[in-house]
Amino acid sequence: MLIYFLKRLGVAVLVALTVSVLTFSLIYLSGDPAMALAGEEATEADIALIRRVYGYDQPIIVQYWDWLTRALQGDLGRSHYLKEDIADVIFTRLPNTLILAACAITFALVLAIPLGVAAAIRPNSLIDRFALTVAVVGQALPSFWFALILIFFLGIQLRWLPITGTDSWMNFIMPAIALGYYVTPGVMRLTRAGMLEVLQSDYIRTAKAKGLRPIRVLFKHALRNAIIPVVSLAAVQFGFMLGGSIVIETIFSINGLGFLAWETIQRADLPMMQAIVLVFSIFYIVITFLADLLNAYLDPRIRIS
Amino acid sequence: MFRHVLKGLPIAAVALGLSAGAAMAGKANDTLVWTTDREAAVADPYYNRTRELVIIGNTVWDGLLFRDLDTGEFKPLLAKSYKWVDNTTLDFELRDDVKFHDGSSFGPEDVVYTVNFVTNKDNGVLTYKNVSWMKSAEKTGPNSVRINLEKPFPAALAYLAQAVFMMPEGHYDAAPKDAQGKKDFGAVKPVGTGPYMITEVVAGDRIVMKKNENYMIGGPKGTPQIGTIVYRTIKEMNTQIAELLTGGIDWIWDVPKDQAERLQDSGQVTVENAKTMRVSYLAFDVDGSSNTKKFMDKRIRAAVAHAINRQSIVDNLVGPASVVIHSPCHPDQFGCTDDVPKWDYNPDKAKKLLAEAGVPDGFEFDIYAYRQREYTEAVISDLAKVGIRAKLNYMQYRKLRDLNWKGVTPVQHMTWGSNSIPDVSAITGVFFSGGKDDPANDPEVNKMINEAGTVTDPAKRKALYKTAMSKIAGELYWLPMFTYAKYYVFNKDLDFKTTPDEIPRFYTAKWK
Repeated sequence: MLIYFLKRLGVAVLVALTVSVLTFSLIYLSGDPAMALAGEEATEADIALIRRVYGYDQPIIVQYWDWLTRALQGDLGRSHYLKEDIADVIFTRLPNTLILAACAITFALVLAIPLGVAAAIRPNSLIDRFALTVAVVGQALPSFWFALILIFFLGIQLRWLPITGTDSWMNFIMPAIALGYYVTPGVMRLTRAGMLEVLQSDYIRTAKAKGLRPIRVLFKHALRNAIIPVVSLAAVQFGFMLGGSIVIETIFSINGLGFLAWETIQRADLPMMQAIVLVFSIFYIVITFLADLLNAYLDPRIRIS
Repeated sequence: MFRHVLKGLPIAAVALGLSAGAAMAGKANDTLVWTTDREAAVADPYYNRTRELVIIGNTVWDGLLFRDLDTGEFKPLLAKSYKWVDNTTLDFELRDDVKFHDGSSFGPEDVVYTVNFVTNKDNGVLTYKNVSWMKSAEKTGPNSVRINLEKPFPAALAYLAQAVFMMPEGHYDAAPKDAQGKKDFGAVKPVGTGPYMITEVVAGDRIVMKKNENYMIGGPKGTPQIGTIVYRTIKEMNTQIAELLTGGIDWIWDVPKDQAERLQDSGQVTVENAKTMRVSYLAFDVDGSSNTKKFMDKRIRAAVAHAINRQSIVDNLVGPASVVIHSPCHPDQFGCTDDVPKWDYNPDKAKKLLAEAGVPDGFEFDIYAYRQREYTEAVISDLAKVGIRAKLNYMQYRKLRDLNWKGVTPVQHMTWGSNSIPDVSAITGVFFSGGKDDPANDPEVNKMINEAGTVTDPAKRKALYKTAMSKIAGELYWLPMFTYAKYYVFNKDLDFKTTPDEIPRFYTAKWK
């Protein structure tokens, strides 16, 4: 297990490093960072001054090396735009993104797994059709459009929920539904397909023949096996939600990491961008690693291999 | 690292509903919440160049002078009086009853400190152009100060009124340092003398300003009325409108024309269309450095000019406060004149010119743009009617300006807001004084523009600008298009007066 962990860690570090080099290069390819910092009304002289004062006149490789050596010492630097310590900014905004992603994935799993199971137990029934409808609508409806529909009905017409901000738990309901619903179809279809396959298995037939209660057969024997790929998918989707909730955070004005990433790209705040990429890479690494551990727990064959 | 995690926990608690809640908007709470889509991160007008900080700068800080928007006159604000000693020396008598928000008294030491600090290039202010015309400041008496200019600069009063804000002496000493010991001046807690004081900055989310109860009596900015003003960032326009309609915020702007008209019809909010100092223009690759040499031919540029129905764009897309322009400047700026060669909408003439230039069937080229895509699409549509096929390259401003400096853009549809400075030098001084932004680098135009930027005789300045602009318009280095106008939508309970310079004066707003 330790060797497996170290191997995964080594790959993860290489991935993070590669992504960080790519990010640095892409920011430069998308335009002069000094010009972004200077803003629209800056003159040629303003931009030249900013380039010198903020060190953008150094060769790109020197700038990257400076950042890397400092980051390895635990110093992520200060944001050129926000004028704040980068670690402070990230850890101030991280909770909003974590809460949103956790609520969204919970909503998705709570909706998708029971529906998937129900659809598998009664294929081609009314519940299966309903599940299929939920899946098709979830896949067809762009999340920003769904978010605006929620705002219109729950925020403006009924006035049940606050529209923007993060001031109470109620602020997270609409964003979590909008973000989670997007994930629901995939999880549900995977659950349904897994359950359908497992329910045809010999060991399920044996369990039924032994006279075990149907509920026990369903949840202890069938679901446990069918859910293994769902865990992997949910982990990937959770990682996606942490890094890719830009649209939802923007629409609901949630001051989280996705929103910060988008803003940072817009203004080419290099040190901040690098730090965000690093944090997102760590998220993916940790989440996929935890998913592997959970799968190993659920499926002894993985542990042995 | 653990320290940072601990710092994040209160935010999580807030998010889970353990906070007292955000400031509520509206008359009942005496709180005006205004919103734009931009993240106002730093509450220091020298270290953030966004429009939002120009607005906040004028709300929280004062300059030595004040521009009366009704008369165009420059009145003393932190100063009691001022006079030009010579072309490069300005003397000020200061008020002796002004206090900073931290309770300290304002005096000549603060002016000397501010001017000498912001003009020091090593301090890296982001708005250096706004201050670079000043050389130094010196105390000349217990309540008087002198500002020495680098060279004669007739627009000095405009900059002093709108872009040079006074900080308390030693203000930036409190700047935090990074690991290399470099100071981050923009991070210092804001302290001004203005009608409102900043009490909270949550980067990317909000800036809270409370009424300054000790604000100067009898000043030209008046007395602040509303108790609290909050700036909030909401990126999405539809969300802004939803919040406005449900009372979460009180004021938004930049609302697209169609949405503004629908909101007006709803009768739930006040809708106004107001002028801005921003102008739209097409800049041509006059020297042929891009992938097409076509725009070196004036007949081609003239064909483009005659093909575009600018009035239609103004009427259908921009709004009633917008006007078509013919000079490379805003009509409200000192020195701007409309008495220049004009290129009317005449598609037949455009086709004739194309034929004369040897391309009767038109041609294809890349047009670059970064703002209000629908305006550029209207231009493309008009050009297509005479056979000119423009391919749109829509991108971020910084990338586009970078490409322009490299000379690869045949035509770019751009805008310029002049930092709301009501002097034509704020636009022509950037684009026609020679350099990377100058499309033609015409020595004759450059000489006139540079001279007009330093001559103090108003009549002579106007004459120089008129000659230069006539040549720019006549040769079509630019095709000036129209002025921008903005739709403001706000709470019906709010007594708010729009201004023509894109700097809302929230300190004059009050509840009905």
